[in-house]
Amino acid sequence: MARSISTRRKIIVTLAAWGVAFVIFFPILYMLITSLKTEAEAIAGISLIPSFTFENYVEVQTQRDYFKPFLNSVIISVGSTLVALLIAVPAAWSMAFSPTRRTKDILMWMLSTKMMPAVGVLVPLFLIFRDTGLLDTRVGLTLVLTLVNLPIVVWMLYTYFREIPGEILEAARMDGASLAGEIIYVLTPMAVPGIASTMLLNIILAWNEAFWTLRLTTSSAAPLTAFIASFSSPQGLFWAKLSAASTLAIAPILIMGWFSQRQLVRGLTFGAVK
Amino acid sequence: MATKQTRTLARLMMAPAVILLLIWMIVPLSMTIWYSFQNYNLLNPMTRGFAGFFNYEYFYTDPAFFQAISNTLILVLGVLAITVIGGILLALLLDQPIFGQGIVRILIISPFFVMPPVAALVWKNMIMHPGYGVLADISRFFGLQPVDWFAQFPLTSIIIIVAWQWLPFATLILLTALQSLDEEQKEAAEMDGANFLNRFWYLTLPHLARAITVVILIQTIFLLAVYAEILVTTNGGPGYASTNLAFLIYRTALLSYDVGGASAGGVIAVILANIVAIFLMRAVGRNLDR
Repeated sequence: MARSISTRRKIIVTLAAWGVAFVIFFPILYMLITSLKTEAEAIAGISLIPSFTFENYVEVQTQRDYFKPFLNSVIISVGSTLVALLIAVPAAWSMAFSPTRRTKDILMWMLSTKMMPAVGVLVPLFLIFRDTGLLDTRVGLTLVLTLVNLPIVVWMLYTYFREIPGEILEAARMDGASLAGEIIYVLTPMAVPGIASTMLLNIILAWNEAFWTLRLTTSSAAPLTAFIASFSSPQGLFWAKLSAASTLAIAPILIMGWFSQRQLVRGLTFGAVK
Repeated sequence: MATKQTRTLARLMMAPAVILLLIWMIVPLSMTIWYSFQNYNLLNPMTRGFAGFFNYEYFYTDPAFFQAISNTLILVLGVLAITVIGGILLALLLDQPIFGQGIVRILIISPFFVMPPVAALVWKNMIMHPGYGVLADISRFFGLQPVDWFAQFPLTSIIIIVAWQWLPFATLILLTALQSLDEEQKEAAEMDGANFLNRFWYLTLPHLARAITVVILIQTIFLLAVYAEILVTTNGGPGYASTNLAFLIYRTALLSYDVGGASAGGVIAVILANIVAIFLMRAVGRNLDR
């Protein structure tokens, strides 16, 4: 008896949850469906069954050269993540394993730089970039995104490194391991998962960053955020093509995001919620 | 000896990150402050000079400034209200046994990974378009006049889009916090005859308090800076109806080429963000001691 009630309840809750999930996911689903329609179908009223044409995907490449902004996005997001890791791993490492009285203050100060609104420094950065020829270059944008995300990278790595037990280090030292040996054979293997999730989250953040990528590029270094924004001009209806370009732009990150849900919570709350 | 060596090494390892962030923080910010007291327009760069507080006065007496401030506040508070309340309800729903829970979770979290220009354009064209959007089709089906969202309710439309992007974030964090609630406590409360509302009010909500604080503070930082969603939908209009502070500064800087005025606006934005930041730092800092 009790069992049948709980099963019925589970079915009701399931239906409610799937209903809500469908509504929330609908814009993405509809974008995917529209990308498989012809332009005429795309504006012909709701229909969830497209004619499954792939011409939009072909045209986004042949007419708008999709691959160029895609490559820019990959280079800028992966590049800025790798540079940030290169700077942040040693810093987080030393803060986690040889903390001083000031470690906490330094961490808080780093976090505070993240609070600075981008518009607050838009003018000087734009002028510096213009005068140094960094405007609309991948190097310039990589540099900015590295700095923008550096505090999050340090913080995330720090919360991961701090969980590596210190006793293991002592045991290794007892066994006569040198400092280099300690780092290579003991700490690195334990740190790799933390570094990997930090990398994943940071690539997602850099890929979707939509202030600096829009303002500091015009064409040659423009990543996907700027490419998609260029579809906003009102002339002509090209929703099917917009949908195809959008689907291609979000697909890799959506899939990465699905795999990094838990790390996301931890990374974006600076370890405050796990 | 060894400890001294280790300490030096630790400092060296920290140096690049600290120095880079120091430069990143100090150089552009001091330039912004400097420019904010300068008479400097990129269209006639010859007439530069000290302007005193003129830029602040100009920015402050511009009616658009107050509208932008109030739009910023409405946008932040509106999105916070929707995402926090919606997030709590969704987290409570997802915390129960469901068939296909993993897939439901994936569907609900997805909007968070959609880049802002895509989110805004999909909503603008495919969902809210007064002629061909899904909402217009639904209105016509019920014999109603379709709503021209971005002309009639520009700010509300942007709130809806931004809330759609952030609801998954709030849900995910609140759900994570909810799942750490002690099962035994819940059962004990149930045994004692506490009904659902009582349990929610006296047990669940206090348990979620910290996660809610974190959600509010982190979202506020990002919501104060909403930009791309406005750029690709309303472009701040009609008039200044959907211009927030970030967008107003962008307009002043890159459309009117007014370096001084935009910098004054930038300083105001930094001050506002800092007020929020102080609260966030306290919450996160307290957490660090645990």
